[in-house]
Amino acid sequence: MALRQTDPLPTATARRRTGPTRARHRPGGSRWNRFDRAVSPYAYVSPFLVIFAVFGLFPLLYTAWVALHDWSLLKGDQGFVGLDNFRTLLSDGNFWNAAFNTASIGVLSAVPQLLLALWLAHLLNRPLKAQTFYRITLLLPNVTSVVAVVVIFSQLFGRDYGLINMVLTHLGAGRVDWQAGTASSHVAIALMIIWRWTGYNALIYLAAMQAVPRELYEAATIDGASRLKQLRSITVPMIKPTLLFTMIVSTIGSMQIMAEPMLFGAQVGPAAIATGGAGRKFQTLSLYLYELGFRNFDFGYASAAAWLMLLLVMVAVGVNFLLARRMKGGLS
Amino acid sequence: MTGLRARGSLPHRLTHLTLIGVAFFSAFPIYWSVIVASQDNGAMAEVPPPMVPGGNLLANIAKVFDTAPFALALLNSLIVAGSITLSVVFFSTLAGFAFAKLRFRGRTLLLGLTVGTMMIPTQLGIIPLYMLMIKLHWTGTLYAVIAPALVNAFGVFFMTQYLSRALPTELLEAARVDGCGNWRLFWHVVAPVARPAAAVLGMLTFMTAWNDYFWPLVVLTPDDPTVQVALSALASGYVQDFSLGLAGTAVATLPLVLVFALLGKRIIGGIMQGAVKG
Repeated sequence: MALRQTDPLPTATARRRTGPTRARHRPGGSRWNRFDRAVSPYAYVSPFLVIFAVFGLFPLLYTAWVALHDWSLLKGDQGFVGLDNFRTLLSDGNFWNAAFNTASIGVLSAVPQLLLALWLAHLLNRPLKAQTFYRITLLLPNVTSVVAVVVIFSQLFGRDYGLINMVLTHLGAGRVDWQAGTASSHVAIALMIIWRWTGYNALIYLAAMQAVPRELYEAATIDGASRLKQLRSITVPMIKPTLLFTMIVSTIGSMQIMAEPMLFGAQVGPAAIATGGAGRKFQTLSLYLYELGFRNFDFGYASAAAWLMLLLVMVAVGVNFLLARRMKGGLS
Repeated sequence: MTGLRARGSLPHRLTHLTLIGVAFFSAFPIYWSVIVASQDNGAMAEVPPPMVPGGNLLANIAKVFDTAPFALALLNSLIVAGSITLSVVFFSTLAGFAFAKLRFRGRTLLLGLTVGTMMIPTQLGIIPLYMLMIKLHWTGTLYAVIAPALVNAFGVFFMTQYLSRALPTELLEAARVDGCGNWRLFWHVVAPVARPAAAVLGMLTFMTAWNDYFWPLVVLTPDDPTVQVALSALASGYVQDFSLGLAGTAVATLPLVLVFALLGKRIIGGIMQGAVKG
């Protein structure tokens, strides 16, 4: 931003452009003018690039270096250990348990969420009264912070006084101790994620759907295709790039699930905060990373875990691409 | 779309019925949190539980402010989200202007890098980022939360997209002929055109910063927290007091819900705009 403002001479050079013809000024322009054109673009992008490099890119790359060391907060750098951290990780049962939990919660939350969002967008993609009202209520959960969502849902899923268990008891199904089981805790956490993100994805799909040419639908209607058939054979193929985009974002988002298991586990007791409940039933990868890095302060090992996580995410994103390729003829 | 069906026909009614059902499920947990926050724990243990708010909300909120440093947390969150928003909007508009409308060597490469990093989860760098904050002696201070969020790739991408569509090159050329340098051009031509997009980006950034949890939790102390950190401490205490926890939730969420109620239409427009142009 260190550009001093001087009065540029009024002899700016209009670049020769196609388009409206304009009387060309004397070529050359002032020296300040040429300097301004050459340097100011870099000055404008550099604040972003510099801050981003220091606080975004550098930590990302430095993680790889830390991962090759025995490095903790208290003892500092204990020296280069090569791939030892990675070897230990490969046989670390807690890491693979967390990977399984992440994949399980990820699938349980992403699949229903995206299907539901697609269907909602399909319903909204027509002239409706109260369109704005529906859109705003759909996005309301997304405005709520993740911490607030978990606090609210922890009450709903409470073992003794939770609303859901009250309803279940009333129906004669009995109480569920949601935090105690692997399946029940995964379902509860997935429901929090579905509630928070479905509306957001529905709006993204709706935006993509509105760009689909109307004539396609009109022709299909004349041919007697039902609305469901139109969704499968017109809408889905037409918005495939957006579908893939949301699949990838959800996949990457799954790897970042951390507040939900953390605060859901906090209801069990303070000891269960970083471990995802008693017995690590719902500890996700991000939560395990938190435990390694900020409970045990084992920086080297945690950094190695972060890189292995990145690898797993890349595999998961690759799977998404393969799935999207198979989606050609709609969702079968 | 297919407006061939009469309004009031069965499918049309079913659509509305479904959407109303979904709206109910979207809104109910929030409504429920207000009920719990305005009762006491005794009332919540009754069967059936109360379905309307009680009269305890203000008392519970007062208790929240006594139990946790909530006033300080609100102020901290306001400082953090406010400064991050101003910075992101300004630097994104500036960089977006350069990427969208100025020619310079390396433009495509730098823009490609920016877009490429949008997808990388920031949590991967969180350990070295923490080490960096220790080196700078910023742990436990708001600098540690503000600094890494001063710019972000999404903001630059969003503004570049918007300005390349909304800013007529002729307008820039005309101003140049009149003797405007780039800096004056930015303030007098680009900024007014960018205003609607800047408002949307500002709201999205503020929401994200206000709701951020992982990094503030790691780098701040419980006695000088942001709202989300204070709320999580309140909700994961030794004593399970949901009325207290949900009163805190109401305080932490209310500012955003109010902003959203006033400006929701624009935020939705912003999300949908960002989605179409991939």
